[in-house]
Amino acid sequence: MTTQAPADICAGGTPRDAGAPEYLLRLFVTGQTPRSTLALENIRKICEQHLSGRYRLEVVDIYQEPQMASEAQIIAAPTVVKILPEPLRRIIGDLSDVNKVLRALDLKPQAAGCS
Amino acid sequence: MGSTRSGKTAPTVDSNPNQREQLPKTPTGIEGFDLITFGGLPKGRPSLVCGGPGCGKTLFALTYLVNGATMYDEPGVLMTFEEKADEVAANAASLGFDIAGLSAQKKIAVDYVRVERSEIEESGDFDLEGLFVRIDYAIKTVNAKRIVLDTLEALFSGLKNTAILRAELRRLFAWLKERGVTAVITAERGDGQLTRHGMEEYVSDCVILLDVVAYEQIITRRLRVVKYRGSAHGTNEYPFLIDDQGISVLPITAAGLAHKIVDGVVSSGVPTLDDMLDIGGFFRGSSVLFSGGSGTGKTTFASSFAAAAAQRGEKCLYFAFEESPEQIVRNMLSIGLDLQKHVDSGLLRFSASRPSTYGYEMHLARMNRDMDNFHPDVVIVDPLSAFRGSISEIHNTLMRMVDMLKSRGVTAVFTRLTSTQELHSGMDQGISSLIDAWVLLADLEVAGRRTRGVYLMKARGMSHSNQVRQYVMTKRGLRVIEGAFEGREEQSFPTIPLAKASNIRTAAKPKKRPTASRR
Repeated sequence: MTTQAPADICAGGTPRDAGAPEYLLRLFVTGQTPRSTLALENIRKICEQHLSGRYRLEVVDIYQEPQMASEAQIIAAPTVVKILPEPLRRIIGDLSDVNKVLRALDLKPQAAGCS
Repeated sequence: MGSTRSGKTAPTVDSNPNQREQLPKTPTGIEGFDLITFGGLPKGRPSLVCGGPGCGKTLFALTYLVNGATMYDEPGVLMTFEEKADEVAANAASLGFDIAGLSAQKKIAVDYVRVERSEIEESGDFDLEGLFVRIDYAIKTVNAKRIVLDTLEALFSGLKNTAILRAELRRLFAWLKERGVTAVITAERGDGQLTRHGMEEYVSDCVILLDVVAYEQIITRRLRVVKYRGSAHGTNEYPFLIDDQGISVLPITAAGLAHKIVDGVVSSGVPTLDDMLDIGGFFRGSSVLFSGGSGTGKTTFASSFAAAAAQRGEKCLYFAFEESPEQIVRNMLSIGLDLQKHVDSGLLRFSASRPSTYGYEMHLARMNRDMDNFHPDVVIVDPLSAFRGSISEIHNTLMRMVDMLKSRGVTAVFTRLTSTQELHSGMDQGISSLIDAWVLLADLEVAGRRTRGVYLMKARGMSHSNQVRQYVMTKRGLRVIEGAFEGREEQSFPTIPLAKASNIRTAAKPKKRPTASRR
């Protein structure tokens, strides 16, 4: 429900005007499909838990901005692209497997999951 | 054979396939291909083009797309998974396709889909909406009627979850059908199945198999329509050709022996040779072979035939496999035959190439295309003996060549170099069955002199002289000397003017047997 506007959404925790954040993530969703909504919830949760204050999350709805899908080489949906830090990574799916997401973000998986 | 229909989906089949409404087709514009598929690819449905590496899948697909945009006013989308957009443009440029220009005119949209395994992590359920959105966007950009997905299978290397992938592919093809775009999907040939990832499961309307074989360093490309649901199609392996003019497929038409008979008689250009045949020449649309040893004037006879055709106002296509056209034109001037004026008038056209440059299939394909462009009445193939290889293969090539010519009603003249030893070898017998008239040119030794004799080995459908006649090549042309060769005419050399019977030398010699001995 949060991705009404196609415009980028800054998730909480972004340091205001404090230069570039350490992590730049862009989530590509397809409207408000359950999978997209779930992915957005999941990535928000993960970011808050592991990257609080160090990240910036942008959300792009490729139904609204289809040319973005081509520009960002999106095949699957939903997809989170880790733009910073390099190297670039794409995490596809509803992000329900947290450990895989963490691995792709170069973060240490937590043994006990996240809740 | 052609129409593979599953029983339940075909309630309207009636007994006469011609009465049945034809499946709508989308022409590819690929020469020959539209012919063997009776119109092209199934309209609004996906077709699969599969084959090993380097067999021309991408070029086939590109040609289909570019032809659509340029010839049929059907814009197209290229989703390329393996080559970047600029690489595709560069490759296409080698075929004379201006992808960049067509993109600028909004006739073609290219989207390069990069699938990089190392970048991708899968976490939870996903779908391929990203790809769908891109395809949809590209289709809308140019209002596409055609789409090429080259090579969709690249997805398999990037995505681990093949269960999702397969379900999504199924959805993709259903979606493409729904949109009514005519899709070409390329796929790599797999072991024991058509494609490596079983794409044929999803694309079942039309499957085309490309294949490339190398034999004695000569490459032959072949195309086969494996399946075409709801449509008849040629089932053979057809050779196809990729060169600077794009792709063309050579349909070895099901001509068989059902050639149309063209009436009429054509002159060989040597009146005295025509006289040996009781109809005064050769049948139009027949195939004539001039065979003989080296220096017996095979090319001269063939050239006379060509010149005679042009003289009659007919078009003649001369396939020269040993000499360059310039050389032939120059040499024929020495017997007073001016070929150049016929070349200038556009009635005579040469097509020269070394036989070893291409495989047999390629030659057939090229000849076919040249004939399509020129519509000749007479075709000269000089010489046949330039084709080398196994007897069965040559025989097969000739058979198809003859079929190709006959189905067009073209009068064909072949020359063939034969050495005396192989005169009656299997090869010649093989050729004999294919041709209608066989003129044998021979070096004869008569009374210690070398001279030339011509005789008709066979001439189907007409009675003909059984005599061996002497012929001479003079500045005024070829001339067969009338009457049985009796060794009277000794001066058979080009430099000496035509001999009179009352020659001094004749007196010196006793008369020989009425027919010449051949050794």
